[in-house]
Amino acid sequence: MRRLFFVVALATGLAATLCLGLLPRARAAEPKELAVFAAASLREVFQKVADDFEKKHANVKVRLNFAGSQELRVQIEHGARADVFASADTKHLQALQKQNLVAGSKIFARNEPVVIVPVNYPGRLARFADLPKAERIVVGVPEVPIGAYTETLLANSEKPYGKKFREGVVAHIRSRELNVRQVLTKVALGEADAGIVYKTDALSAKDKVTVIEIPDGINVIAEYPIAVLSAAPQPGLARDWIAAVLGEEGQRVLRAAGFRQAPDAATDSTKR
Amino acid sequence: MTVLAVGLGTLLVVPFIALLVDGGPLAILRGFECSLTLPALRLSLETTAVSITFVVLGGTPLAWWLARSKWRSAKWLETLLQLPVVIPPAVGGIALLLAFGRRGLFGGWLERLGFAPTFNAIAVVMAQIFVSAPFYLHAATLAFARLDHDLLAVGRSLGASPPRLFFRVALPLAKPALIGGAAMSWARALGEFGATLMFAGNMTGKTQTLPLAIYTALEIDLRTAQALSLLLVVFAFGLLLALRRINQAPAALGKGSSSSR
Repeated sequence: MRRLFFVVALATGLAATLCLGLLPRARAAEPKELAVFAAASLREVFQKVADDFEKKHANVKVRLNFAGSQELRVQIEHGARADVFASADTKHLQALQKQNLVAGSKIFARNEPVVIVPVNYPGRLARFADLPKAERIVVGVPEVPIGAYTETLLANSEKPYGKKFREGVVAHIRSRELNVRQVLTKVALGEADAGIVYKTDALSAKDKVTVIEIPDGINVIAEYPIAVLSAAPQPGLARDWIAAVLGEEGQRVLRAAGFRQAPDAATDSTKR
Repeated sequence: MTVLAVGLGTLLVVPFIALLVDGGPLAILRGFECSLTLPALRLSLETTAVSITFVVLGGTPLAWWLARSKWRSAKWLETLLQLPVVIPPAVGGIALLLAFGRRGLFGGWLERLGFAPTFNAIAVVMAQIFVSAPFYLHAATLAFARLDHDLLAVGRSLGASPPRLFFRVALPLAKPALIGGAAMSWARALGEFGATLMFAGNMTGKTQTLPLAIYTALEIDLRTAQALSLLLVVFAFGLLLALRRINQAPAALGKGSSSSR
């Protein structure tokens, strides 16, 4: 037993030394670094765009920082070094614009909230109108974009479905999560019977959740703006990144992930 | 050496000074204006009181056994019980869901008993115990292992039963270390965020503890979050200080008794 302990310790030590040895070598090439701050819902898409971007720009390393739009905004306000900011709603980007921390922005994608239920949910939730039947519902806190959209669309639902519908839904809300991924996790694990997330998040977990579309008259569409930071260390590369996201290839990846075509995309429109 | 010591001290203390200076001392009052504060503070106190009770009542005998076990695997078990310290709390929360959630390992079985631990205060307590117990276990095991074996042997030779030996000799001697461990454990439970968010969810008055309220307030505005953090800091500082006070008295007593032997 004791010998085994030594072997494990030795192996761990060796592995650590190896890793340390590799670090400076990787740094030796000194590639240019592009720091992209992006809303959590953009994870898969921006990862793909980054792989493509690094292939096309030799010696450029894209550093991606994913978090809630509000968290990223606070980080930027407190001097985080970033080149590009892609937000899940216009509010946070406008706040930065007011402080002259970013220049003009462009809408690069649109996203729509949907209802998700676990794939093997035994209940009879098939249409949006059935939502109050779900026993445990999880949504976002009203202070984060997905939660704000949820509030709006529930308010919109009062007209066609009546007050009872909205009250029925609110009575079954068990948790208000701090970001959309946490809502997704709770439903994917079957802990909640229904949740409201962006369509793109729902599609990223297709094998675990079933999507129920929200009727057009009720739903709200989220607009995703992107901008170069005024203090960007790599403004040129930052503009290239935005062009890549708005370009054909970037938009193809976005569509594949479930985003809707954005007005500023592909055609190079002027600043909004 | 001194430079490093000063550096470390600065790194640990300055953030709290900044929190206080930036908001101003009155900021803490603004914390009470936020509607999230009082329910969260109450829930935090209630749940940590329950979780620390569980940790101490269950952790003390477990640590006693771990410290005295001649079983080789006890060392491995001890290491295993420290693992919650290493993994990120959010991952701990997922692990708890996978174990006790509705679709978890034991979840279906628990639900049939009419007991669903997620999205309620029980889940909050479970998450707190999961992340905080290792701190108490570690301190207690160490304290019991360091006990003077001769003292215990003498006690045994004088005919003291094992329970008597534990309550009259081991426990009083280890008490300062146990209280210290319990304080650390309680503080960790009070600040617990990630596992709670994952396992218990975030619902004002039901599962939203102070750290969760702080994070939610951060989405409203930074100032409110700052005020709430200040509240948590002042509160924890006061309680830790009080525990130290309590701790000093028995420590002095222990010294007296050991010098008289």
